[in-house]
Amino acid sequence: MTITVKFFSLIREAVETEQLTLELSDSLTTVEALKNELGLRGEAWSEALSHPNLIQAVNQRVVFQEEGIKDGDEVAFFPPMTGG
Amino acid sequence: MLVHVTDEAIDPGDLAAGFYRRHPDAAVATFAGFVRDFNDEGNVDSLFLECYVEMATRVLTDLGTTAQERFGLRAWQIVHRFGQMETEDPIVFVATSADHRGEAFAGCEFVMDTLKTDAPFWKREHSGDEGQWVTVKAVDKDRRERWSTEGLDQ
Repeated sequence: MTITVKFFSLIREAVETEQLTLELSDSLTTVEALKNELGLRGEAWSEALSHPNLIQAVNQRVVFQEEGIKDGDEVAFFPPMTGG
Repeated sequence: MLVHVTDEAIDPGDLAAGFYRRHPDAAVATFAGFVRDFNDEGNVDSLFLECYVEMATRVLTDLGTTAQERFGLRAWQIVHRFGQMETEDPIVFVATSADHRGEAFAGCEFVMDTLKTDAPFWKREHSGDEGQWVTVKAVDKDRRERWSTEGLDQ
């Protein structure tokens, strides 16, 4: 399946990546599994994605990391928001 | 346009005038936020505001709809800037209208308090050559939480 992954703010800076398009095994079914897979890219990735305040979104909605993912989804990782 | 997320300059005066013309309801409240020139550690020269545009548009639309239902608003508008800004530049504009001032004020305040912690924007303040990501302030968390603990959430 194909997943788009976006990174913002501190997380984007830590992994030096704004966006990825990944071809993943269909056996990878949750955001948590995706985080673990991305963490294999190196220490910067595993540290950024294990940050205690990390927020994840699937298709522009904030979710828990147990949320399922499927072909065509857009997943995003970012720190707490500071708008307004 | 109810929600507009843009990297172009916004003019709260023009936005307010337009809202008043379109929605001359009994009570209209507006709020405008500008880039501050200070933080807890000193002067701020400029601000970079990062945005997840597609999600911000969705979150702000959901927020306005929730406010409309919860406070019985007749109309609302949310405009949020992102990108590189200088001090005193307008960042955000919120307008609400209702049959009574209490609902208009409450709706406007609810939108602002919730937007600060729920809409995907991230501030990076610059002072001289130094830049620093802004962290969530306790007061913002408290103000956001207040709308939940009052038992008024949808």
